[in-house]
Amino acid sequence: MKQTTTIDLLHKQYLQRLHKEKKWITFYQILIFISFFLIWEVSSSQKWIDPLIFSSPTKIFHLFVEKLQDGTLLANLNVTLFETVLGFIFGTLFGTLLAALLWWFPRLSKILDPYLVVLNAMPKVALGPIFIVVLGPGFTSIIAMGTIISVIITTIVVYTSFKEVDPNYIKVLQTFGAGKKHVFREAILPSSFPTIISTLKVNVGLSWVGVIVGEFLVSAKGLGYMIIYGFQVFNFTLVLLSLVIIAIFATIMYKIVELIEKTLIKSQ
Amino acid sequence: MSFLTIDHVSHTYFTKKSATTALEDIHLEVEEGEFISFLGPSGCGKTTLLSIIAGIMKPTEGQVILNGKQISSATPSVGYMLQQDYLFPWKTIEENILIGLKLLNKLNENEKKRTFQLLHQMGLENVEKLYPNQLSGGMRQRAALVRTLSTDPKMLLLDEPFSALDYQTKLKLEDLVFQTLKDFKKTAILVTHDIGEAIAMSDRIVLLSKRPGKIAKIFTVPKELRDTSPFKTRQHPTYTSLFDLIWKELDQLETNNNN
Ligand SMILES: Nc1ncnc2c1ncn2[C@@H]1O[C@H](COP(=O)(O)OP(=O)(O)OP(=O)(O)O)[C@@H](O)[C@H]1O
Ligand SMILES: [Mg+2]
Repeated sequence: MKQTTTIDLLHKQYLQRLHKEKKWITFYQILIFISFFLIWEVSSSQKWIDPLIFSSPTKIFHLFVEKLQDGTLLANLNVTLFETVLGFIFGTLFGTLLAALLWWFPRLSKILDPYLVVLNAMPKVALGPIFIVVLGPGFTSIIAMGTIISVIITTIVVYTSFKEVDPNYIKVLQTFGAGKKHVFREAILPSSFPTIISTLKVNVGLSWVGVIVGEFLVSAKGLGYMIIYGFQVFNFTLVLLSLVIIAIFATIMYKIVELIEKTLIKSQ
Repeated sequence: MSFLTIDHVSHTYFTKKSATTALEDIHLEVEEGEFISFLGPSGCGKTTLLSIIAGIMKPTEGQVILNGKQISSATPSVGYMLQQDYLFPWKTIEENILIGLKLLNKLNENEKKRTFQLLHQMGLENVEKLYPNQLSGGMRQRAALVRTLSTDPKMLLLDEPFSALDYQTKLKLEDLVFQTLKDFKKTAILVTHDIGEAIAMSDRIVLLSKRPGKIAKIFTVPKELRDTSPFKTRQHPTYTSLFDLIWKELDQLETNNNN
């Protein structure tokens, strides 16, 4: 009896310590956040840094309200989000499908291997001008950019994980008369879910890169266009506003992927 | 014609760097309902032989004939329990033990009930919704055995099914498997390093020599040991003498090989 009460007490203390630690971490995080914007604001108004280039949080906020009211911000944000989400989904989907194809036809994978290496090494955004000429200067080209930037690396990573599945799992299925289709569905794909999820996380970042660069090039709509326009007319408040918005929405997308991860991988 | 014929099977593994002969000229006839044990040192090709009998691997020479038909690919009439349990970690125990029926399109309420019953007979209760990593090693092996039995194969291949268990659990499971197989009149081939286990479970014991695996000797277990449960067999006076005999034979194989 006495022993259990001491253990309970110790456990309580342990939880308290944990709680306290967490509080301190949050405190420092908020402190960094506030000081960053405060220092930025003060140094800009005191002209320690060039306010024309670095703007200031209040100026960005005012511009934010203004752009929100005239509707241009939401319109541009919509376009970029649409392109990024599609680029992200296509990149992951096509990458995984391609990986499945390579797994299904081992000889194909051996033949394509050097080409995949070359394509992977190539800076995909350099293909932008070609896309714009072929697909037209619209969202199709931009989505293609958001896709191409992640598709090859997804293929390579997912295919590697397909190959690394313990062949004994396949043997188990074969003893029950399973064909290739069943082996893929019951063993290869589910055991590669953790890898696919981690490529999802990488692809969130990649598809933003592809889409923003695409919007730089097409220069018609979207947050990337806002950046390039702000740059051309030397309105760096606009550039920084776009950057802040991108940071926020990229984080939201990342969090959504984490949520998917939690629901998809229950057992491991 | 016997139920199973392992017809002069040899197998060599080829890799870029080497060719390893794992089995050489294995010939054995097995009757229906018989329990055979393969006993031999590590690396003598026991797993290779089971994979060939299961139809998962093609031997470089020879063939395996089951019920008059050559085995050329994996068949549902042969249940194969691998050296480790290989339960799918992303599936629940229920999904794991029903996967065979599902793949063979035989999953109906009746079969499901039968499989769950088997699970309970093995002493696994309330584990259906758990994942394999929530079970102990012994529980996992029992679940894997249920998975192998779920499709009602005519013949069972067991690759060291009890090697990862503590002694007590091992003895209990031996009895359980022995009884289950006798009840369902299954033919079975067991691979093991454990002389005692081989004597306790089987009708005949095949001794394999070191690499390349060849049949060195075949022992027929006396009638009085064959029909008693593994646990009782271990206490039988004849058990010890047979144990000594096999021990000496194995010992000799080792020394012969070293010379
Ligand atoms: N895929 C493979 N490629 C090349 N050589 C292999 C392969 N699998 C097994 N071998 C070789 O064949 C021989 C027999 O292997 P096997 O796994 O059948 O032995 P075993 O009797 O089951 O051993 P253990 O008792 O340790 O399980 C070993 O020497 C091993 O190195
Ligand atoms: Mg083995």
